[in-house]
Amino acid sequence: MADAWARPEPDDGVLAGAWAMTRLSLRGNLILLLAALLLAAMPYWAEPYTMQLASSALIAAMFALSLQILTGAAGLVSLAHAGFFGLGAYTIYLLPGASIFVTLPAAMLLSGLAAAVIGPLALRTRGFYFLMTTLAFGQMLFFLFHDTSLGGGTDGVFITRPDLLLTVTKATRPKIFLFLNLAMLSLMYLGLWWLMGTMFGHALAGIRVNQDRMRAMGHDVQRLKLAAFILAGALAGLAGHMAALTDAFVSPDLLDWHHSAEALLMVLLGGIGALHGPILGAFALTLVRELGLAVTERQRLVEGIVILAAVLLLRRGLAGLRSS
Amino acid sequence: MTAALQATGLSRRFGGLVAVAGVSLDLHRGQAHAVIGPNGAGKSTLINLLSGALKPDEGSIVLNGTEITELPDWRRARAGIGRSFQRTQLFPALTAQENTRLAAQSRTRGWRLFRRAGDDPDTTAQAAAALDQVGLATLTTVLAGTLSHGQRRLLEIALVLATNPTILLLDEPLAGLGAEETAPVVALLRALAARYAMLLVEHDMDAVFAVAHQVTVMVDGRVLETGTPDDIRRSPAVRDAYLGHRA
Repeated sequence: MADAWARPEPDDGVLAGAWAMTRLSLRGNLILLLAALLLAAMPYWAEPYTMQLASSALIAAMFALSLQILTGAAGLVSLAHAGFFGLGAYTIYLLPGASIFVTLPAAMLLSGLAAAVIGPLALRTRGFYFLMTTLAFGQMLFFLFHDTSLGGGTDGVFITRPDLLLTVTKATRPKIFLFLNLAMLSLMYLGLWWLMGTMFGHALAGIRVNQDRMRAMGHDVQRLKLAAFILAGALAGLAGHMAALTDAFVSPDLLDWHHSAEALLMVLLGGIGALHGPILGAFALTLVRELGLAVTERQRLVEGIVILAAVLLLRRGLAGLRSS
Repeated sequence: MTAALQATGLSRRFGGLVAVAGVSLDLHRGQAHAVIGPNGAGKSTLINLLSGALKPDEGSIVLNGTEITELPDWRRARAGIGRSFQRTQLFPALTAQENTRLAAQSRTRGWRLFRRAGDDPDTTAQAAAALDQVGLATLTTVLAGTLSHGQRRLLEIALVLATNPTILLLDEPLAGLGAEETAPVVALLRALAARYAMLLVEHDMDAVFAVAHQVTVMVDGRVLETGTPDDIRRSPAVRDAYLGHRA
């Protein structure tokens, strides 16, 4: 195994990509900025329905991006992530009538706290066992909302949106939520882009590439992983909060492990090695679903074929298209 | 003179196999202590026990008067025990400088971790000094994965030096080096031995006798003999068990 680390394989996007995350070129970021401006201008060129679709893609992107801290940066594949997303969403239900300035920090705090409880236990394991442990913890959170009266029922519940300090009418709603979600995703991306360039970000990438060497050099690997796990959980909570705010509806399905797997799929589709990968993955998957719906009732089948093709043909995901 | 690192009665079993059996040895600052022995003698396991990668079943390890037997590997690294690997373990997608900088930042804690990696003066200086020490100062911006094998072996040592250790545990630093690559590394080992307390596991006997002040011979997990290089060269027991078949 040591030899694999000693020489980079030319086609091994995972290794090189772990560090490319910090180094998305100026041009790449300009293209992202252009795309953001295009979305921000949607009220001028798009139907309300398309704006709602863009909002759900933005939320999916936030969710997948929060997972990228674990999967892309530190090399941890977690199936508990939807649990943190769902906790963030249910925060609005649990705090009826509160302002967004209360619900948003509360969602991040609650999800972060849950991650701080689950993290130390799950992170005692590695690889496949970590996957299974996070699956178990994630499902415990799911059943907490699915099978108890805490979450208002198995089928989900409509919620009162928190106070946004501005008047929202039925006509302006798609526009306002589009702006809010776009702003949140942009903030999250910029924050993580900065984070990946810090010593903390480099340490996570080091753990991903060679955890044993990191320990031998004196890095507190467990603590660094836990910090990443809590941060990722809190940001998943933020994404869940935005989802509940946008849809005014929460259901236990938000916490289900299928939903975690979907985020992993977006990360994989977009590119594990690239910080912007999950954003591409989320938009691509949303688009594929929508197009699939337009041509057939069996849109899941279309989805599956497209994902299979993408994973087989694009080893570095959509983000790797440019370089390959 | 008190030892910088003192191991007493270290044992480690893997199932029925006793890899290391009751090994005691001292490391002193300014001296190199070589451990030699045939393959399977337990040399690498000994390094793993001293570095904390493995827990000993019996025995104790004392670092500068403090018992560290129960400390995990990363805490021992922070306490000053630096270990290199027999098979190079680098970060191939990083430059030489980034490799050593990652090593140098291992003790950074708290909010300082959230500084931009290249902007921290302490870790950057430490990283540059480590590369300078092993003679890679001109290759700082080269990706580790594209360095030659000899240069990678030097970077392997630089990663240890960048963590600011007092003890060096070097696991076959000359492994895989050609004849012309060996001489500069031996010179480096001699220079390092003067400044650190060094444990050197090595198969190259010429290098061992050129660098070491003390030599321990291990066979089947046990210490066969410990002494100066001259003692070891003259020992009939060592001749029979190990050196003999080479003569």
